[in-house]
Amino acid sequence: MLQDPLLSLAIWVPIAFGIAVLAVADDRAPAPARWTALAGSILGFAVCIPLWAGFRPVADMQFVEMAPWIARFNVSYHLGVDGISMPLILLNSLMTVLVVVAHWEVVTEKVGQYLAAFLIMSGLINGTFAALDAILFYVFFEGMLIPMFLIIGVWGGPNRVYAAVKFFLYTLLGSLLMLATFIYLYSATNGSFEILDYQKLALPMGPQVLIFLAMFMSFAVKVPMWPVHTWLPDAHVEAPTGGSVILAAITLKIGGYGFLRFNLPIAPDASHALAGFMIALSLVAIVYIGLVALVQADMKKLIAYSSIAHMGFVTLGFFIFTADGMLGGLVQMISHGFVSAALFLCVGVLYDRIHSRQISDYGGVANTMPVFAAFFVLFAMANSGLPGTSGFVGEFLVILGTMKVSFWYTFLAATTLVTGAAYTLWMVKRVVYGAVASPKVAALRDVGARELVFLVILAVAVLALGVYPKPLADVASPTLQQLLRHVEQGKAG
Amino acid sequence: MTTATFSLATVAPALPEIVLLVLASALLVADLFLKGGAARRATYWLAQASLAATVAAVLAQVGEPAAVTFHGMYVADLLAQVLKVAALVAVMATLFMSRTYLELRGLLTGEFLCLALFGALGMMVMISAHHFITLYLGLELMALSQYAMVGLERDSPRATEAAMKYFILGALASGLLLYGMSMLYGATGSLELTRVAYAIERGSAHALLGAFGLVFVVAGIAFKLGAAPFHMWIPDVYHGAATPTTLYIGAAPKLAALGFVLRLLAVGLQGMSADWQQMLVALAVVSLLVGNVVAIAQANLKRMLAYSTIAHMGFLLLGVIAGNDDGYSAALFYAIAYAIMTLGSFGMILLLSRAGFEAERIDDFRGLNQRSRWYAFMMLVLMFSLAGIPPTAGFFAKLSVLEAVLQAGYTWLVVYAVLLSVVGAFYYLRIVRLMYMEAPEGELTLDPRRDARWVLSAAGLATLALGIVPAPLLDLCMRAITASM
Repeated sequence: MLQDPLLSLAIWVPIAFGIAVLAVADDRAPAPARWTALAGSILGFAVCIPLWAGFRPVADMQFVEMAPWIARFNVSYHLGVDGISMPLILLNSLMTVLVVVAHWEVVTEKVGQYLAAFLIMSGLINGTFAALDAILFYVFFEGMLIPMFLIIGVWGGPNRVYAAVKFFLYTLLGSLLMLATFIYLYSATNGSFEILDYQKLALPMGPQVLIFLAMFMSFAVKVPMWPVHTWLPDAHVEAPTGGSVILAAITLKIGGYGFLRFNLPIAPDASHALAGFMIALSLVAIVYIGLVALVQADMKKLIAYSSIAHMGFVTLGFFIFTADGMLGGLVQMISHGFVSAALFLCVGVLYDRIHSRQISDYGGVANTMPVFAAFFVLFAMANSGLPGTSGFVGEFLVILGTMKVSFWYTFLAATTLVTGAAYTLWMVKRVVYGAVASPKVAALRDVGARELVFLVILAVAVLALGVYPKPLADVASPTLQQLLRHVEQGKAG
Repeated sequence: MTTATFSLATVAPALPEIVLLVLASALLVADLFLKGGAARRATYWLAQASLAATVAAVLAQVGEPAAVTFHGMYVADLLAQVLKVAALVAVMATLFMSRTYLELRGLLTGEFLCLALFGALGMMVMISAHHFITLYLGLELMALSQYAMVGLERDSPRATEAAMKYFILGALASGLLLYGMSMLYGATGSLELTRVAYAIERGSAHALLGAFGLVFVVAGIAFKLGAAPFHMWIPDVYHGAATPTTLYIGAAPKLAALGFVLRLLAVGLQGMSADWQQMLVALAVVSLLVGNVVAIAQANLKRMLAYSTIAHMGFLLLGVIAGNDDGYSAALFYAIAYAIMTLGSFGMILLLSRAGFEAERIDDFRGLNQRSRWYAFMMLVLMFSLAGIPPTAGFFAKLSVLEAVLQAGYTWLVVYAVLLSVVGAFYYLRIVRLMYMEAPEGELTLDPRRDARWVLSAAGLATLALGIVPAPLLDLCMRAITASM
């Protein structure tokens, strides 16, 4: 069946527009660059809609595109999506639109380059999710570092350079080990870089463990899992709002996606053997990082630590090997994408007005910004897992799945319901409620139409996923169930 | 030995060398009669034309079957053609980028241009050598031209010191090489590469003497490539020489040196590969470590790139270590990609330098993005390519080398190389950081010449293009190796 190259469009439309933005960019008159970027991001999202609409709820790869790229190494331009990657592509394309909307009026320096970096990165991220060839994946995966490095380092806060370098080197170390693994698998499969071939390849336990650990290094840094999480608070705090949004909503998900696409199917027996280790790290993230979040004085840092704790749920869900846990982990990824993006945008809204991220500089914001306060409280509730919001669905499913395995895991994981609510709501209380804390807060003006656009879109998404998660579950379940069967079967022989 | 018969057919394979030799000699004479600014320009263009004519002569040979001539001293095959075209184009690009810099400093003399041409001739002889003597002749012709080029800036104590160091150490290395060759001659009874290989294969070679000879030869090679622990001259010469000379030494000779290594080790001494592999592993391990770690501490861009060269030569050796066609073609791809990246990165120093000012401190790149977006982007591409980040040529160069090394069974070496690449990324990243994340100092002046800017942009874009469409060059490298080994 001949079909439109939708995935190629999802990758190359944003990149082409990114280059176009650079071409029209003029720092004195940023309007053309802004409108071009908006058009590009909306078009980029539009080409992703047929992916959702035309998706058949089966486990196979769909919208497959295949063309030889480097014949010498059997590398091909092989794209395809399944129930895991398709929602993530959609999420990414949506976030790109929001980032472009959010930057308007706010970013005034080197606007063209800023927008171009985001658009190009968006295309590369879509490529990462869609690539079915290991080298193609790697090229997108690493290529993505370059715009992110610049976004943090050029438009970030005072300590941005340190954060950018730390981010880059942490991620590079992990990914180079993954590259070594790919080369190993290439020779083990007698010359194939197809990810799907790797999943079928029978491997003894020893190599599986090494492969698992090398890829773990790569994806654990991205997720990030405790104890390789330390780059994240720095990167978030120093990144501009848009950078934080993409980092939290998308790049962390690449870590989770990597576990599902590489670790579990390529090294299933090692995954089982090391599940205890993974679960332990996840629980440390949930419990310990939750407590760390509680004491943060900087809003962005608090949300960053909360992200680590929430991503702990994702990895916990994946490594307990139950259907509920897996689905919960995936839903949690999507949900966290919406919620963390929303919270970072909310902090951005405040930061644009007062230029402070310190909780202590605020207080009583609800008095001057009632509309904003309503949204902020909604997203905070979603972050603490209130039923009816998307945050609840993922956490509940993971806890349900964990219960089938161990009471004590469940017990520890469930502490997040307390700590998560505590750190989020305590922040909300100190920022939004109470008496007006300072003349600056008294002078705040409420959100404008532009800001309403992204807040409303995200609020709708959070509520829709919370009330009716079935469409997402229908899309993802077949793939996840097949993955689970594959992992149960093992392949050590 | 047959009697010497000089028919046209025996000479024809060496036509490109003959063309270059005749034109370079003609230039040498013409330069005597050309005086003044306009004439200087004529010399410059004549030099470029000579190189272009030589490229054309090489290209005219493509497609002809491999030919060994001059009683087995010389070979013209696809490998030679690929390397020669790459080296000649690199020399042309070097001259394009250096013109303004040299003019402003009064260094654009006939001597410089003639030495550049004779050096190129030496490279071509090295690449096409099929005999120990030809290898040595080519090497010395190239090296002597380079010693003189480094010392050409005779009023500069730094350049004189560098020339002196380069000459003494280079002579020592040549001595080692020659001594090793003489031992190999004693062990195998021949100087011609295929006969040496045959003697080793048949087992008629004297094993101990051969092994001693090999040690000396490998040491000589390591020196010429600049692999640690024979690297000490590289930072001083790169730093001390005028930047155009550094660019000349940094780019094209690496291609010739790879040709030298392939002819000598992969063709002549393939039978002793188990021995030289061990030595090259040691050299590569030390080079990667020294190059990457010491580069971090450098404040001068030329020195930093010098140490980065050492690390890259370690990577290049990894490809040779693999000891099979995969590895050799990976090394060939690596050398070509590396030459392009070197042209770009040193070219950037030339582009930003002006009269009385050398843009060779790393800090001179501060805020380049605000001064020129395009050249900052080109430098970004080059730096990420040197660091091996996709989508750039450097990534596929590293990938193909690592693949070959893993196939050869050195898994630990792959992991080691990968870990040191992270260290390497740190200092390349520093340049990007300064260009994009710091405020500029002073005014920007770019080389006013369009040709220099175009060549530089071409190098940057080629790096990017090879990262997106690497297949044609990879295939060409593979064909060149299989056709010639």
